[in-house]
Amino acid sequence: MKRWLPLIVFAVLAGFFFIGLHLDPREVPSPFINKPAPAFKLPVIGQPQASFAPADVKGQVWLLNIWAPWCVACRQEHAMLMQLKAAGVPIYGLNWKDKDREAEALLARMGSPYVLSVDDLDGRVGIDYGVTGTPETFVIDKTGVIRMKHIGPIDPDNWKKKFEPLLQELNR
Amino acid sequence: MIPEIGHFALIVALLLALVQGVLPIVGAHRGNATLMAVARPAAQGQFVFVAIAFGCLAYSFLTNDFSVQNVARNSFSQLPKIYRFTATWGSHEGSILLWTLVLAFWTVAVTVFSRHLPEDMAARVVGVMGLVSFGFLAFILATSNPFLRLLPAAADGNDMNPLLQDPGMVFHPPMLYMGYVGFSVAFAFAIAALLSGKMDVAWARWSRPWTTVAWVFLTIGITAGSWWAYNELGWGGWWFWDPTENASFIPWLAGTALLHSLAVTEKRGAFKGWTVLLAIVAFSMSLLGTFLVRSGVLSSVHAFATDPTRGIFILGFLGVVIGGSLVLYAFRAPKIAGGGSFTWFSRESVLLVNNVVLVAALGAVLLGTLYPLFMDAMGMGKISVGPPYFNAVFVPLIAPAMFLAGVGPLVRWKQASLPDLVKRLRIALIVSVVSALLLPLLAGGFNWMASVGIALAMWLVFTVLIGFADRLRNSQEGLLAGLMALPRGFWGMQLAHFGLAWVVAGIALVSAYEGERNVKMNVDDRVSLAGYTFTFKGVEIHDGPNYKAARGQLEVVSDSGASFVLHPEKRIYNASGMPMTEASIDYGFTRDVYAAMGEELAPNVWTVRVFFKPFIGWLWIAGGLLALGGVLAASDRRYRIALRGAAKPVREAGVAVAEGAKA
Repeated sequence: MKRWLPLIVFAVLAGFFFIGLHLDPREVPSPFINKPAPAFKLPVIGQPQASFAPADVKGQVWLLNIWAPWCVACRQEHAMLMQLKAAGVPIYGLNWKDKDREAEALLARMGSPYVLSVDDLDGRVGIDYGVTGTPETFVIDKTGVIRMKHIGPIDPDNWKKKFEPLLQELNR
Repeated sequence: MIPEIGHFALIVALLLALVQGVLPIVGAHRGNATLMAVARPAAQGQFVFVAIAFGCLAYSFLTNDFSVQNVARNSFSQLPKIYRFTATWGSHEGSILLWTLVLAFWTVAVTVFSRHLPEDMAARVVGVMGLVSFGFLAFILATSNPFLRLLPAAADGNDMNPLLQDPGMVFHPPMLYMGYVGFSVAFAFAIAALLSGKMDVAWARWSRPWTTVAWVFLTIGITAGSWWAYNELGWGGWWFWDPTENASFIPWLAGTALLHSLAVTEKRGAFKGWTVLLAIVAFSMSLLGTFLVRSGVLSSVHAFATDPTRGIFILGFLGVVIGGSLVLYAFRAPKIAGGGSFTWFSRESVLLVNNVVLVAALGAVLLGTLYPLFMDAMGMGKISVGPPYFNAVFVPLIAPAMFLAGVGPLVRWKQASLPDLVKRLRIALIVSVVSALLLPLLAGGFNWMASVGIALAMWLVFTVLIGFADRLRNSQEGLLAGLMALPRGFWGMQLAHFGLAWVVAGIALVSAYEGERNVKMNVDDRVSLAGYTFTFKGVEIHDGPNYKAARGQLEVVSDSGASFVLHPEKRIYNASGMPMTEASIDYGFTRDVYAAMGEELAPNVWTVRVFFKPFIGWLWIAGGLLALGGVLAASDRRYRIALRGAAKPVREAGVAVAEGAKA
């Protein structure tokens, strides 16, 4: 029996590793899920007179994408967001802590995947949303409640697995 | 073209590894000399092709070939040349290729230095290493090919992770891998022993220097890693109990236990089953470290490659290698067990306790590292285990090992007398207790952590001295000649234990007396800490090769009148836009003064972090002493004789072995 002990210990460990592979250690549960999206009113990039508040889009399912011009992963995500825009997904951007004021020029150059993007210069709204980094994407339902938070870039894989089923259900 | 050559070389290496892994082991089983003779040429050929592949990748990095995906993702045209080279292993794919290259290198070393081994043993050892190499090459080709093209080619790269752009990173990964992978030799020897059912004193003599050399590399690698964290992360910390760090520390603990167990197996023929198990555990922990860092099962400050599909492959590979060897162990261990007897108080028993303590410490670190995973897997929530756990559990566990490290070398093999030992150790005991009570008062106030650390450090220093005195007492020669005549194995052990004294003292003193201030500073603002006054002289913009930096200037004056200037930087890297703090440190033998820039709050108003780090330099000195001790021990006369003895008739070699045993 004694000589089998190391093998048993290893088998238990391996079992945990196998389960662990299917978990994402970076997935931190957000306390904002199933809570109303925090209200804000921020200026819209490129339209200095206009402003946007989540209440403006009540009645539709929409995505709030937290991004920044200095964020490399956001650039990586950009192409995917453009495709989603072409497919008719309403994505609203929140430009987070853009101290160098680069967002407008960047969107003009690369194309904007957003219906509109608001400017959160001091990052205060980001704090209300519990933003830990960029990019992060919130799915907000017709009643203005946050239903999901995704950390990191959206790619075809996680879009199919996480976003699509939820959006279908919410749009029903 | 060059990347395709590299890709092709990998495929050839894979096939050669398969040949190297299968034919010699079959040959050894059947007693077929022709099949066994395949081992050496296959291993050497495999090394050549892995080296070609590695060279091709390095070439792609050095020439900025951004049509290679791996280069485009991990390098940048403005990156200094040295970092373009180290970027070769800065990515996941490159680092696994480096792993494989190092494994092939160790295998070639075994083929060169194994001429004195019985042919079937050498064939099995090389064969087992071939199978491991096959696994890694298959992993690279199936999931992590570094030669994938990017069409169309990128205009420029995404840059190397700025954290990795540090001189420490040039040496740290290769050294660490030399250590990790070096345990594959001990592992292969253990599997060979289980396969053949033969395990004698000669077996321990062969595998011991290999283990020691691997341990030396791992020691240097861990020290370099700690140095890197201290210099680069900008928080003044030198060890974070981060999963990546633990992944290198756990094999080190297993390797340390293995070294001591091998000593007993070599000298006394005992602990055989235990030694084999530790050899398996040490290499398993190295593989596990690779798995933890590379699979995304645990995330950490610097696990820079995570991907679950790769994780499945590595896990399957771990299952075959570790699970397979443990099954083999379970079946064959009874065949090799047995050996010299000893009483409850003897060097064997002290080393046994030392091994139990080291393995318990290993278990504690492993548990803490994996605990978040266990909790998450059982649906009990996301938690993280931090330094408080590790400090609270590891320190009390390892302190007895430090005490035993002083006792062990002075205890006789087989049977020792306790009263006699106490008499010899009296002086060391008195000195360590007295200095534990007095020295902290000199250093800046009584602190129990400092006291315990000083007591253990003094204990180690004086037991080492007593060890030398015991050896020289009966020497007819003068002091110097007597010292020179002592075998290198003895010198190595003593030097390593002396090095431990520096680790213990350094850790205890820096933890007890370090100081830190985190302040908002305007130009000409002052802050004082531990007898140093820092004056902020503002910030100037400085252009680096691939970054822009705000370089602060801090004038530091000590109470004793000495003065120097620190230049901590806040860098923004051009390609990634990632901000980095570059600490500025005034190094000293008894203290470091350390400064790092925080955030810019307003023009010329910054948060600045200053640290006072007493005795932290002793940690790096200790790493050097431990490594040097290992080098001396591995180059002991009896191993060199064993090497030369290979060419001589068997009987002479036998005499040499007997001589060595006396030394």
